[in-house]
Amino acid sequence: MTTTTQSPRVAVVVFPGTWSDADCHHVITNVFNAHADYVWHTESNLSDYDLAILPGGFAHGDHLRPGAIARFSPVMDGIRRMAEEGKTVIGICNGFQVLCEAQLLPGALLRNAHLQYRCQWTNLRVETTDSRFTSLSQQGDVLRVPISHGDGNYFADPDTVAQLERENRIIFRYSTPEGEITPEANPNGALANIAGIVNKNRNVLGMMPHPERCCEPELGGVDGRPIFASMLQHAGVAVPAHTS
Amino acid sequence: MPSYLARIYVTPKPGVVDPQGLSILGGLRSLGYHSVSAVRAGRYLEVQLGEASSQEAAESRTTEMCRQLLANPVIEDYRFEVVEGD
Repeated sequence: MTTTTQSPRVAVVVFPGTWSDADCHHVITNVFNAHADYVWHTESNLSDYDLAILPGGFAHGDHLRPGAIARFSPVMDGIRRMAEEGKTVIGICNGFQVLCEAQLLPGALLRNAHLQYRCQWTNLRVETTDSRFTSLSQQGDVLRVPISHGDGNYFADPDTVAQLERENRIIFRYSTPEGEITPEANPNGALANIAGIVNKNRNVLGMMPHPERCCEPELGGVDGRPIFASMLQHAGVAVPAHTS
Repeated sequence: MPSYLARIYVTPKPGVVDPQGLSILGGLRSLGYHSVSAVRAGRYLEVQLGEASSQEAAESRTTEMCRQLLANPVIEDYRFEVVEGD
């Protein structure tokens, strides 16, 4: 395919069992008027793309462990290359699990501490604006974003968690609506209320909550917008003022 | 060449919270087994390895499989026994 347009291109990766791909595609194309393609997991060349989304779902049925099989899909070669080249990669929910299994992010997502699948609104405190995912937010902002998962209980060994803290790589934590980090605000038992982290180069984000499910008032909230707006702006999209 | 079977046990690493184990512990206690002090829940796999030149070759292939896919080294340990035949 010859690309003449300078408009940034977004890849929405689809594995067998992915279920949030259409939501992500809809937000990119209809809320932000940017270009998005669905990319089937057998495609390994993502060189046309500036930004990739690994959406939520149950890639390859989540058999063995969430993300364990998906990690070996050809598309992950392309994702790894994008990550190395400094392009933007975001893994949402199952996408976060895939990025951890692929060791593009540290740690793992365990079964929720209460063993229940949770589909509910959560509050996320923005821990840092030093990322291309939160550059349009203010530190301490509280975003209301829904979760929908059974395995979102972030775990890493104490050294890794200390390193994440030290390097300011925890981007979102579950909080109260007022921005307090409490055990009650933690929907899954995640260590240190961790909801989202970035890699060392800060261009790969994994988060359990679903920002694509809250970008329009009809869906009950628009707090997912600043996340998409930040990363699209970083990729060079002129983000409409009303969407950020 | 002989064929081999691997019996693989994948278990949560010490220190990793194991919600399923805790839930099973609660279940056993509610059945009256008050002396039970802990349960860790893992996964058991039987893998027909096919032919291999030796027991050692079959074991090293099993180790590779565990490292690459069957266990996540961040949260899980593995051990296995490899036996001849299927």
